Amino acid sequence: MHTLLVLIIEGLVQGAIYAALALALVLIWRATKVINFAQGAMAMVTTYVALFVIQLGLSYWAAFAIALAFGFLLGAVVERVLVRPVESASPFNVVILTLGLYLFLEAVVPMIFGGSIRSFPPAFAITGIEVGKVQVPLSGFDLFTFGSVLVVVLLLAVLFQRTNLGLRMRASAFSPEVARLLGIRVGRMLTTGWALAAVLGALAGILIAPTLLLQPTYMDEVFIFGFTGAIVGGLDSPWGSVVGGLVMGLVLTFVGYVSPDLETLAGLAILTAILMVRPQGLFSGHRERRV
Amino acid sequence: MRKAVGAVRQFGRRVPVASLWGVVGRRPLARHGLFAVLVAIAIVIFSYQVSSYTNYNLAEVAVFVIAAAGLTLLTGVNGQISLGHGALMAVGAYTTALLLKSQPNLAMILVLLTSVATTAGAGLIFGVAAARLRGPYLAGATLALALALPQLALHFSSLFGGEEGIPITPPSAPSWLGATFSSEQWLAWISVVAALVTLVLLANLMRSWVGRTLKAVRDDEVAALLAGINVGRIQVLAFVISAGCVGLAGALFAYWVGLAAPAAFSVTLSLQLLIAIVIGGLGSLVGAVWGSLVLVMVPDLTGSLASGLNLPSSIANNLPLAIFGLVLVVAILAFPGGIQGGLKRLAGLGRSRWRQHGLRRESG
Repeated sequence: MHTLLVLIIEGLVQGAIYAALALALVLIWRATKVINFAQGAMAMVTTYVALFVIQLGLSYWAAFAIALAFGFLLGAVVERVLVRPVESASPFNVVILTLGLYLFLEAVVPMIFGGSIRSFPPAFAITGIEVGKVQVPLSGFDLFTFGSVLVVVLLLAVLFQRTNLGLRMRASAFSPEVARLLGIRVGRMLTTGWALAAVLGALAGILIAPTLLLQPTYMDEVFIFGFTGAIVGGLDSPWGSVVGGLVMGLVLTFVGYVSPDLETLAGLAILTAILMVRPQGLFSGHRERRV
Repeated sequence: MRKAVGAVRQFGRRVPVASLWGVVGRRPLARHGLFAVLVAIAIVIFSYQVSSYTNYNLAEVAVFVIAAAGLTLLTGVNGQISLGHGALMAVGAYTTALLLKSQPNLAMILVLLTSVATTAGAGLIFGVAAARLRGPYLAGATLALALALPQLALHFSSLFGGEEGIPITPPSAPSWLGATFSSEQWLAWISVVAALVTLVLLANLMRSWVGRTLKAVRDDEVAALLAGINVGRIQVLAFVISAGCVGLAGALFAYWVGLAAPAAFSVTLSLQLLIAIVIGGLGSLVGAVWGSLVLVMVPDLTGSLASGLNLPSSIANNLPLAIFGLVLVVAILAFPGGIQGGLKRLAGLGRSRWRQHGLRRESG
C-alpha cells in the first residue's frame, strides 16, 4: 500500500514534467504544424544556462528566472531565423531542420560546458515532508514540481482563452490567411508560440535535472516520453497533452519499478499502440486524420 | 506502361556510337555491373597503395554506403522518413555476434546473409506499423525505436552481453593472399564488394517498375492509389528492402568494430545515416556515397585539426557532430539538393531540357 502511494506520487510528479514538454510540442504543432525535435535539446541548453548562473554564485531563483527567459529568447530566435524560411517547404525538410538543430545543440553544449555528468540542485529538499511524526512520501520539491507546472499550464490557459493576445494566437494558428486579412501580425504570433513553448521546455528541463543529472543527452528520453504524451492526448489538444503527460508519468513509473531498463521500451510500446489504434489521440476533437 | 517509359528513355538518350557501349549502355544491369567492376578494380589497386589505417577507414565508408543506400531507398525514393535505422543496424550486428558465438567457423557469406534476413524480418514488423504513419508521426515513432531497442540489450544482458556487448573476431585474410596481407585490407575488400553489390542491386531496382512505383507513392499517394498501386504493400516492401541493406551494414559494422555493443547503436548513428543521405543529395544512390565519404572524412579531418591545434578533448570529440548539425541546417535552408544535386546542376548546364527535368525530379 505504501509502495503504491509512493509510485503514484512519483508518477504524477514525473508526469507533470512530461506534460509540460508535451504541451510545448502541442503549442508548436498547433501554431506551425511542426514537431520540434530539438525541443528536448533546447531545454537542455537552458538548464545548462541555469547551472552556469548558479555557479556564478547567484541564487536558484535567479537561475530559474534566467533559464526561462533564455528559453523564451531561444524559442523566438529558432522560429524566426530557422523555421520561418522553411515554413512552406515540405514537412520532411522541417523535421530534418529541427534534427540538425538537435545535433548541433547536443554537440556545442559539451564544448562550452564540458561533457561530464553534473548534478543540478533541486529548489527544495527532496526528502519527504513530516506531518506530525509520520513522514509522507512527498517532498517539497515534488510539490514545487507539480505546482509550478500546474501554475504555468493555468496561466497559459488564461492567456489563450481570456486575453486578446491569446485570441490572436489562436486565430493565427486556426487560419493564418484570414487572421492576416484581419490585421493580425501572424508571423509575430507564431514566434510568440514558439517562445512560450520553449519556456515550457525550459521549465521541464530544470525540474527533471536534479533526478536525471545533467548531461548533454539527458533530455532525449524525456523528449520521447513528452512526445508520446502529446500523441496520447492528441497533437492538437492542449488539455489532452497534459493528461497524456500525466498518464505517461504514471505508467512509466510503474514499469520502471518492475525494471528500469524497460521504461523506454514501454514508451515505444505505448506510442506504437496509440498510433495504431487511435492515431488522433484520446482527446482530440477531430474524428479522423491521416497521420 | 513499362514499354512506354523505356521508349521515352531511349528517345532522350544520345545514340551510342561504339557498339560495345550500345550493348552495355542500354541495359542497366550490364552498365551498373561494368561500372561496379571497374570501381572494384580501382579500389583493390588503391588498397595496396595505402596504409592499413586508410583501409580501415575504407571499410567504414563502405559500411556507411550500404546503410545510407538502404535509407535512400526508403526515405529518398519512397518518402518514408526513418530515424530508427541505427536500431536496425543493431539487429544485423547482434545477429552476426550471436551466430558467431554459437558457430565460430561459419562461412562469412552465410553470416552476412542471415543478418540480412533477420533484419529484413524486423523491417517487415516495423514496416507494417510504419506504413500507417506519415511525416512527423513516423519520425517520432522511429526515433522512439532508436532509443528503445538498444535497451533490450541491457535488459536481456545474459543473452546480449549487456553494456559490454558480444566480442567478434575479425575475419582473417585467406592464406593465398600472402602472409603480409592485413586483416584491415581484407575487411575493406569484403565491405567494398558488399557495398558495390548492394548499389548495383538497388540501382537496378530503382530503374525497374518497383522503383517507379516507390517514387509514385512518394510523389502523390492518392494518385498512386488511383493508378492501382497497393500503397501500403509498396511501403512495407520499401521498409523490408531497406532493412535488409541496413542489416548487411550492421553485420559488417560489427566485424569492423570487433564488437556488438548497445552504445554503438545510439540515436546519433541513426541521425548520421540521415545526414549522409541529406548532405549527399536525397534520393540519389551516388549522393549516398558522397554523404558516407563526408561522414567518415569529417571526423578524421577534425581529429587531426584538433590534435594540431591542441584543442581539449571536449571540443575535439564533439566538433564533427556540431559540424554535421550545422551542415544539416544550412543544407535544408540553402542547398536542399545536397552534393549530388549541386554536381548534377553543374553537369546539367547546357544539357537538354528533358535531362534537366528528369534530374530535378530525382533531386526533389
